[in-house]
Amino acid sequence: MEGAHDMGGAKWSGRVAPEPNEPPFHAEWERRAFAITLAMAMPGGWNIDMSRFARVDRSPEDYLSKSYYQIWLAGLERLMLERGLISSDETEAGRPLHPAKPVAKTLTPDGVAGMLHRGGPTEREPTGPARFAAGERVRAKMIHPQTHTRLPRYVRGHVGSIERVLGCHVFPDSNATGAGENPQWLYTVTFDGAELWGEASDPNLKVSVDAWEPYLERA
Amino acid sequence: MTGHDHDHHHHHDHDHSELSETELRVRALETILTEKGYVDPAALDLLIETYETKVGPRNGARVVARAWVDPAYRARLLKDATPAIAELGYAGRQGEHIVALENTPALHNMVVCTLCSCYPWPVLGLPPVWYKSAPYRAKAVKDPRGVLADFGFELPEGTKIRVWDSTAEIRYLVLPMRPAGTEDWNEERLADLVTRDSMIGTGLPKQPHEVA
Repeated sequence: MEGAHDMGGAKWSGRVAPEPNEPPFHAEWERRAFAITLAMAMPGGWNIDMSRFARVDRSPEDYLSKSYYQIWLAGLERLMLERGLISSDETEAGRPLHPAKPVAKTLTPDGVAGMLHRGGPTEREPTGPARFAAGERVRAKMIHPQTHTRLPRYVRGHVGSIERVLGCHVFPDSNATGAGENPQWLYTVTFDGAELWGEASDPNLKVSVDAWEPYLERA
Repeated sequence: MTGHDHDHHHHHDHDHSELSETELRVRALETILTEKGYVDPAALDLLIETYETKVGPRNGARVVARAWVDPAYRARLLKDATPAIAELGYAGRQGEHIVALENTPALHNMVVCTLCSCYPWPVLGLPPVWYKSAPYRAKAVKDPRGVLADFGFELPEGTKIRVWDSTAEIRYLVLPMRPAGTEDWNEERLADLVTRDSMIGTGLPKQPHEVA
């Protein structure tokens, strides 16, 4: 999906603006939106790739006009609406109007520490050998999927080298659509600055992405 | 009134009304989800408390300080960071697979997530606004020296810069260089030198005189 979220290399006005002694949250609603998002994954039953896609699959005008936690909120509402956990008349009314849908599990205070500690490891047993080895030259495929992907535009079509073989990991492009985990070998692929940005690039720059095997072809 | 002033004024009003609307929306949503039995407000409170008081860059600073004083730990951290970090009790969500990146006089590492905001929560806490912002996500992979200038520091010209875009579930932690003049410092004091930004690669550790 070619969204405004895919920002690497874009021309952007303005400096990076660090805030001294920045707090974790800047408003009470950010605290609640953050916590609701984490807590709802359990009854909601979606995975992290579905969550990410729900956040980024929106028009550039919409994505760029929202703050970070406003995007989280919009993504969460979409996931809940899609599954009938809430309905739009309820969000408009600000109160429940329909019976709750049965859910398998909810997050209790007792479950918080365990849920955070378990996290969501993505490494899986390999189903076959890795196609590429460290040091090999590979090209990031020139692909334009309309569904979820984690291959940034700025590396597509460019040649880099395999720096690390990271194991076999859940493949977001499948997992986000509900097509299953479909684990694939994952690699750190490193590109020279000049390969990505041309002759004007800093000659001492190298940039890597972590790319699943289906994103890559032998160069 | 200059154009700049006008824009500023406009944005201020715009943000203000929009935030109020968002605030109401979040409250309404929490009410709906609580009454439907999907969320427990006490669990929400605990999640917030965890990331406001327990999980933050102090965790990562302890990892770095340990690596500075203990060569065997440093070797374990650089070889396989996830279990090495778990030795200090930090693990879990958004830190399931961590790789530590060693800065040297010849090589400076910087971490970004151009697609969203991937960040090693167990060691650094939640990402700051600038890390999630468009200017950082756009610029870090193309002009990292420009980013460092925004942070007010400059690397020597010949230093190689290595930018890691966190596009998968691997999370990166920069192991900065130990400041000179700290040879007789213990781990606890060293941890005070380790800034959040030095573990992202947009800053350096504090110098001894800054914490004396």
